[in-house]
This record gives sequence, structure tokens and C-alpha cells, in this order.
Amino acid sequence: MGIEVRNITKTFGTFAALRDVSLGVATGELVALLGPSGSGKTTLLRIIAGLEEPDPGSGAILFHDEDVARRRVSSRRVGFVFQHYALFRQMTVFENVAFGLRVRPKRLRPSRNLVKYKVLRLLKLVQLESMANRYPHQLSGGQRQRVALARALAIEPKVLLLDEPFGALDARVRQELRQWLRRLHDEIHLTSVFVTHDQDEALELADRVLVMNEGRIEQIGTPDEVFHRPATEFVVKFMGQVNFFHGRLEGDKVHFSTMAWDWPEHAGASTQPARVFVRPHELDVDVERNGQPSLQAVVTRIHSAGPNVRLELRAASGEPLCAELTQERFRSLNLSVGNTVYVTPRDVTVFADESPK
Amino acid sequence: MTLKQHSILPGFGLTMGFTLFYLSLIVLIPLAGLLLKSATISWDQFYAAVTDPQVVASYKITFGASLVAASVNAVFGLAVAWVLVRYSFPGKNIVDAMVDLPFAMPTAVSGIALTAIYAPNGWIGRWLDPLGIEVAYTQLGIMVALTFIGLPFVVRTLQPALEDMDVEIEEAAASLGATRLQTFVRVIFPAIMPALLTGFALAFARALGEYGSVVFISGNLPMKTQIVPLLIMTKLEQYNYAEAAAIAVVALGASFAVLLFINIVQWWSRRYAA
Repeated sequence: MGIEVRNITKTFGTFAALRDVSLGVATGELVALLGPSGSGKTTLLRIIAGLEEPDPGSGAILFHDEDVARRRVSSRRVGFVFQHYALFRQMTVFENVAFGLRVRPKRLRPSRNLVKYKVLRLLKLVQLESMANRYPHQLSGGQRQRVALARALAIEPKVLLLDEPFGALDARVRQELRQWLRRLHDEIHLTSVFVTHDQDEALELADRVLVMNEGRIEQIGTPDEVFHRPATEFVVKFMGQVNFFHGRLEGDKVHFSTMAWDWPEHAGASTQPARVFVRPHELDVDVERNGQPSLQAVVTRIHSAGPNVRLELRAASGEPLCAELTQERFRSLNLSVGNTVYVTPRDVTVFADESPK
Repeated sequence: MTLKQHSILPGFGLTMGFTLFYLSLIVLIPLAGLLLKSATISWDQFYAAVTDPQVVASYKITFGASLVAASVNAVFGLAVAWVLVRYSFPGKNIVDAMVDLPFAMPTAVSGIALTAIYAPNGWIGRWLDPLGIEVAYTQLGIMVALTFIGLPFVVRTLQPALEDMDVEIEEAAASLGATRLQTFVRVIFPAIMPALLTGFALAFARALGEYGSVVFISGNLPMKTQIVPLLIMTKLEQYNYAEAAAIAVVALGASFAVLLFINIVQWWSRRYAA
């Protein structure tokens, strides 16, 4: 196991940032900590790094099966990349990357030539060889973040931790750097954890995604599992826009609006209220009833600029809905605002509603 | 190249004109007057006036004591600024306000207070006296007075620089394996160096010109504890304006050279800044 964290609790005053969180990251794996702000994801990352102390009574923190919980950050050998780069501005790019090697105790410090060799190799890895003598303020945001990454890698860390590494960059650079980081990870296979509040980023980049909310882990799984088989309502909502219906579980079916849907998991249990979620792309839209039970709605707005067309609808009952269709489908339906349409779900996610008692 | 470039910030001509006028009125004209006055005596007389052993001794005392005082302030002012910026503790605002007191007090009052405290029978002096440490009426006393009046300059220039420095920078250094000492020496110190130099220069300049507080504690013994401003005052009381001006011109020239040097060092240490 690359990183193992057992039963970590952290409170700031009366605010519980982490409640009994455990986590394992396989060696060479890239894991995303995903959650809204205040969910505890950054606190967890900082505790792994040793920048924050967990509450007394918390369990172990292991890197490659070695307990590091009592070690200070400076002896944990973590590569930490900060959201705002935290580069040393009075040092050149070269000096920044060399820092971790030059502060080593004398007997472990590489020779001047070896430092130079290692730094230049890292700068090549992050594609900044030509920038070695620049100062951080002469670089763009994306370049600065790559320097920060090279600096973190210079100490040959046991684990790499990235705190919202793309948070301060503009959308296009963010996209490029994301793909670049994934390729880099595939090349060096360093056990890595990164924090993000952007679900697209987590789903695209990570081997596994850990969704956090209010100091707890909601779900751990591959991007596929988290997106297609969300474990909790929170995960459903956090993974993007979703339509919500109040429903009822009865027998092996879930009933909502005017529709019923097979839900064999519930077979045999007693009737109970349910919450039903349907993603916009899981709604089929037609201009006439196709025989199946469907929901009648009126088109209120059309967003057609993009790979897909998004329709904002209002159901006959007054609830707003959102549907997403391909451009071809949209053209063949020939829709405009004010048209009446009939929507049928292709797939649903159902949670038994236990809250009102 | 066009001379007249339109800027969206209005009023350049007006404010620049005012700046030049104001600097001339407040700084340049009095200094020119000083130079003119010193020029009313011949070169030989000028040279004799400024190389008089008593004058040379006073130059050494003033510059030496100012340098020591500014250095002491640079070290302990940094500690004070660090504590005020980095930690929160009860009464912090009061401590913060206390830093400005040397600015606000009439210098004569500080001088008398320091003398009373450091005199052999004073609150602190009585403990130092048995150890053989004399403060009042010695060069040490001059340094104490100059340190007192220079402290706010260092603290006030360092505070914004320290506040500017992200804690993340220190965390980054620690995560890379640096010890606290390495972090301070390699990361924090270079970053606050320009501000520290500014504070040092201000405290030094202030100490060079300080008169009120020093005359009480120094005892004004010729060749031992006589500072340049006092010597100038003495010449003035003897209606020897030209010699007073001559002594002042040399002091001024030397101060300017030192401040210019500090500015150059500072400019060099800021080379990485945007």
C-alpha cells in the first residue's frame, strides 16, 4: 500500500473537519480527493503531508507500510504542490528545484555536479529546460506550477501530494496541464493524491476518486463507479446536474410522477417513500407520446452551442427539468421554445427516503 | 519616441510639478543655503574646521554609534516585527502601539528618562553599576538613546514585508526537507532583506541627526561623547556659522554616501522582483 491512513479525526475549535476517515492508496496509484469547500479534503491532504496534526487518538499514517505519523513534514519525504505554487521568488527556477537537494544534511547532499544533473533532468521532464535562469515572476501560471512540481519531485518523494494544483489557472491551461500530469504520472508511477473540487478533473485524471462531504468519505471508487453507481445522494448531486423526483418504492417497482420503473433491489420490502434521480442525458425526449409512460413538459430554453444540446423544460406539474440530447436528435425533433414534449427516463438512480420520520 | 504620451491617469504634469516645487522648497533650498554658507570660508579654513581632532572624534562617535544602534535595531526590530505579525497573544495591540512611542515622544523627554534610568543610581543603572557597566555619560549611553529612537523604523518597515510572506512558502521549504534554520536563512531572510535594509537605513539616518535625546545621556565630553549635531550647536552658539555649516556639509555628504550605498544594495537584492 502506497499510503494508508487509519481513523483520522481532526477538529478546529468546534468544527469537525475530519470524522474518523480511513483511506488506502495503492502504490503507483493516482487518487483524487473530491468534495466541496469545507468537506475536509485539503485537511486530509495536509495531515498526510504532516503540515497538520490529526487529533490525539487518531490512527496511523503509513507510507509504503512505514508509520510516519510521528515524523515532521521535513522528514516525511513528501512532494507537496501548493495551489498558489509557493515558489521561492528570490530564487531562479534552477535554484527552486535544487532547494530540496541543497538543504540535505552534508553527508546526504549530492555533489554540485549531481545537483545540476538532477535539476536539469527534472526541468526537462516538466519541459522547462530553457527557463532555468528565470525568476518565478517571469513565468506564466502553468509554468510556475510545473516548476513547483519539479521542485517537489527533486527530493525523490515517497508520495506526491497536490493541493488543487490547477485551481489558480485559467480553463484552457488547466485542461492542458491536466492531461500532461496524467501522462507524467503514467511515466513515473509515483503514488499520488490530489485535491480538487472539480468533478470533471477528478473523473478524468484519477485512477480512483474519493468523494468527501462534511469531513466524511461518501464513496471511494473508480471514476466509472462513482459516476455511474453513486453510493449516496450527495455523490449523485456532486457529479453534475441531475433531475430529482419524489417517488415511492412499492414491490419491485419505483413510482414517480406518472411513471413506474423496475427496481428489483427493493423486491419484498415494505412500501416506502423514495428519492429518484435522473441525469439530463438519461432523459429521452420526443414530440409525441411513444406509448411508454412519459412526462409531459414544455421547452423553456435551448442551449445548442456545444457538443450536445441542453433543454430546459417545465413539467406539467410545474417542476423544472433538464434534458440533454445529441445535435442529430435535436435537429430531427425540430424543437423550439414553447413546444410540448414527452420525456422518458432511460435510467434512474433511486434511494429509499429514510429522512422524514 | 514621443515625449508626450497620453496616460489614462490624469494629472501627471500637475503632480510632478508640485513634487519638484515641494522638494525644492523643503529639501533642496535649505541644503543649498547650507552649502553656500560653508562656501563663505576659504578651502583651507574649511579643511581646518572639519579636520579638527574634536570634530573628527565627533564624526567617529556619531557614525559609529548610529551604525551600532541601527544594527541592534535590525536584529531586535526583526524579532519584534516577527512576534507582532506571526503570533496572536493578549495585549498584542498595546505592544503594537508601544512600538510607535519613540516616534511620538519629544526627544528631550526620552533623553531625560533614559538618563534617569541608566544613571548609576537609576532603576537599571544601579544593577549595571556593580558589574562595571556604565551607561549614562558614556558612548554606550549614546547607543542606547539612538537604539531607542530608531526602533519604530525597523519594525514598521518589516511588518508589511512579513505580512506579505505566505505561510505556504515556509511549508514548502519544510516539505522539501529544510530545517527551521535553513528555512529562515535561505527563504525568509532573503525575502525580507530589502525591507530590513530600508528599516536599517531609516534608523541609521535618524540616528545620525538625533540631537535631543542624546545630549542628556551622553554628558557631551569633548573627544569622548560629543556627537556631531551637538558640535554644530556649539559652533552656532559661538556665532561661527560658516564652520558649523562646514561640519554639517561633511556629515551630510557622508550620510548621503551611506544611504546611497544601502539603496544600491537594496536595489540589487530586489533584482528578482517583478
